[in-house]
Amino acid sequence: MGRVLRWESVLGLVCVAVFVFGATTTGGFTEQGNLSFLLLDYSEVALLAFALVPIILTGEIDLSVASVLGFCSALTGALWEAGLSFETIVPLVLLAGVVLGSVNAVLVVRFGLPSLAVTIGTLGLYRGLAYVVLGDRAVTGFPENYRPLATDAMGFLPYATVVVVVVGLLVALLVHATPAGRSLYAAGLGEGTARFSGIRVGRLKVALYLLSGALAALASLIYTLRYNSARADNANGMELVAVAAVLLGGVSIFGGRGTVAGVALALLAMAGLRNVLFLNDVSNEIQNVITGLLLIASVLVPVVVKPRRTNDVPLEPSPVDGERRPGADPGRRLRRDHQGV
Amino acid sequence: MSAGLALTLVAGCGGTTKGSDAASGGAGKGSAGSANPDAPMKEGLKIALLPKEIDNPYMTVMDKGGTDAIGELQGEGKAVGPSDAQASSQVSYINTLIQQGQDAIVIAANDPNAVAPALKEAMSKDISVVTLDSDAAKDARQVFVNQASSEEIGRSQVKLIADQIGGSGKIAILSATPNATNQNAWIDFMKDELKKPEYAKIELLPTVYGDDDDQKSFQEAQALLRGNPDLKGIVSPTTVGIAAAARYLSSSPYKGKVKLTGLGTPNQMREFVKDGTVTEFALWDPGELGYLAAYAAAALASGQITGAEGEKFKAGKLGERTIGKDGEVILGPPTTFNADNIDDYDF
Repeated sequence: MGRVLRWESVLGLVCVAVFVFGATTTGGFTEQGNLSFLLLDYSEVALLAFALVPIILTGEIDLSVASVLGFCSALTGALWEAGLSFETIVPLVLLAGVVLGSVNAVLVVRFGLPSLAVTIGTLGLYRGLAYVVLGDRAVTGFPENYRPLATDAMGFLPYATVVVVVVGLLVALLVHATPAGRSLYAAGLGEGTARFSGIRVGRLKVALYLLSGALAALASLIYTLRYNSARADNANGMELVAVAAVLLGGVSIFGGRGTVAGVALALLAMAGLRNVLFLNDVSNEIQNVITGLLLIASVLVPVVVKPRRTNDVPLEPSPVDGERRPGADPGRRLRRDHQGV
Repeated sequence: MSAGLALTLVAGCGGTTKGSDAASGGAGKGSAGSANPDAPMKEGLKIALLPKEIDNPYMTVMDKGGTDAIGELQGEGKAVGPSDAQASSQVSYINTLIQQGQDAIVIAANDPNAVAPALKEAMSKDISVVTLDSDAAKDARQVFVNQASSEEIGRSQVKLIADQIGGSGKIAILSATPNATNQNAWIDFMKDELKKPEYAKIELLPTVYGDDDDQKSFQEAQALLRGNPDLKGIVSPTTVGIAAAARYLSSSPYKGKVKLTGLGTPNQMREFVKDGTVTEFALWDPGELGYLAAYAAAALASGQITGAEGEKFKAGKLGERTIGKDGEVILGPPTTFNADNIDDYDF
């Protein structure tokens, strides 16, 4: 637990450093309008990241999240154009997200296919379907009574960010304070062991993929309203930013380790850094270089620092949740035994 | 799900459908108040150019023209922009330019609506907004600098091909996609121009579509000539189509015999002009487009114009320009490129 806390402290310091740097050196950074834009601009990424946290904790991945967002945005546009009321579109789009998530779930859980391959496939598939639904057109003119929910703020706090915070808290609750949460850490640390201890790993993963679809659909509604533009290419490539935030937040890509708080801090740090770089006219290419280096550092530093400090401890990371520590299983990081459920 | 709930709560009852929306808020338009044509051009104006993509050669030439103009005006110019042409990627830049307190933003919009709220926000903070090349929503900018009117482009294309084939024979149009708005507008004007008596001996074949795909355009050009051995000329008003057709012609027995013209960039077409495949083609000069837009932005920021129809402003080497309907300023007829002048251009 101590080490995890330490990584979060590091992220907390990074956040403070970014915001202090911005406030002291960069004109306009602390203005209310800018702070609210900074938060708003990361709201969709944050929703996708929160969808990914529990999935990655179980040792799986969902790279199709941004494509689900794109499909749902295109669907929103097509339905709006067809004359449906926005109140009808919202549940339909959320349902569509769940359906797309269930396709991932079936392929990963029922057929036991590797989630990396499956969701790279559906990443392309869902984006393609988005173009089938809307072509290369853009639909606009979304209702003025809903748009402020995705664009406006109370002071510096955008409404969309409130939604993000609520979702983050719910995911944190799920992950850190429920039996299901303990189960997903256990599954991430050793799926076979978890299953033999009576955890219904398959059912758990199905639920997480459905949740991921729903959150991506929610993100699509915010995105579409925020830009007042439904397009098939919306949020193209956003899955990588979301995955980067999750990893930077200290969640192990192998599963079993990490906290929602860490990811929230990573999101805040990335959003702040992006904003500061923008305001200082740092070009996009350099921004990508900086974000890339940060990500590499975030996975490298713990690996380089840890073995020296914890020489006497076996390679197993200490589980975040002590009760359900599975037995040592040295091969678990390399071997994924999907046997169906 | 929580947002779905929140949305429903705020909605109260009754469905909101397309078109049921009452007034859409037109923020900040005309923030400059009334125009004073005699106001001096302000010095030290901070004007930012926001192209569709920062690394696109066409856009780079446009930015250069813009920053040159801002330099002439003793202003502070810069070009910033995303590295991809996604609808939303310009919005972060607009926010940045607002925070930096720029005096004017000159933008080629990737998506007319996605950038609109941010541009309105800018205008509400007294930042002048000029669009160029591709417009944003009309209430989200003050002036739109358009390359050329559709009519001018369409009619001048007919003149180019008619001159090259000697005024008689079969011609065909190789377009982009069947539903491209600008292409169809140009083609309609070409057809209208061809109705004039001086073009009576020209026969126009049905239009073919290369979908702005190099391979498909190449094959369509090939099929056109296979199917119509007596074809005299091809007009391809798209940079992809004309380059692909030129590549086909240059290695075919029709080289030099079948004429090809259209809209292309000098860098793409240089070798085909030099090897005799293509005599003349046209395009507006993106550098001049940027130049004119920067002058419009400076005139707006200095209070000389507000973007209303009929207002005039001086645009350096391009002379005086008048704002037309819907705040549109037109650059002028496309530039014609041939062996004599093509080396003067690099884009």
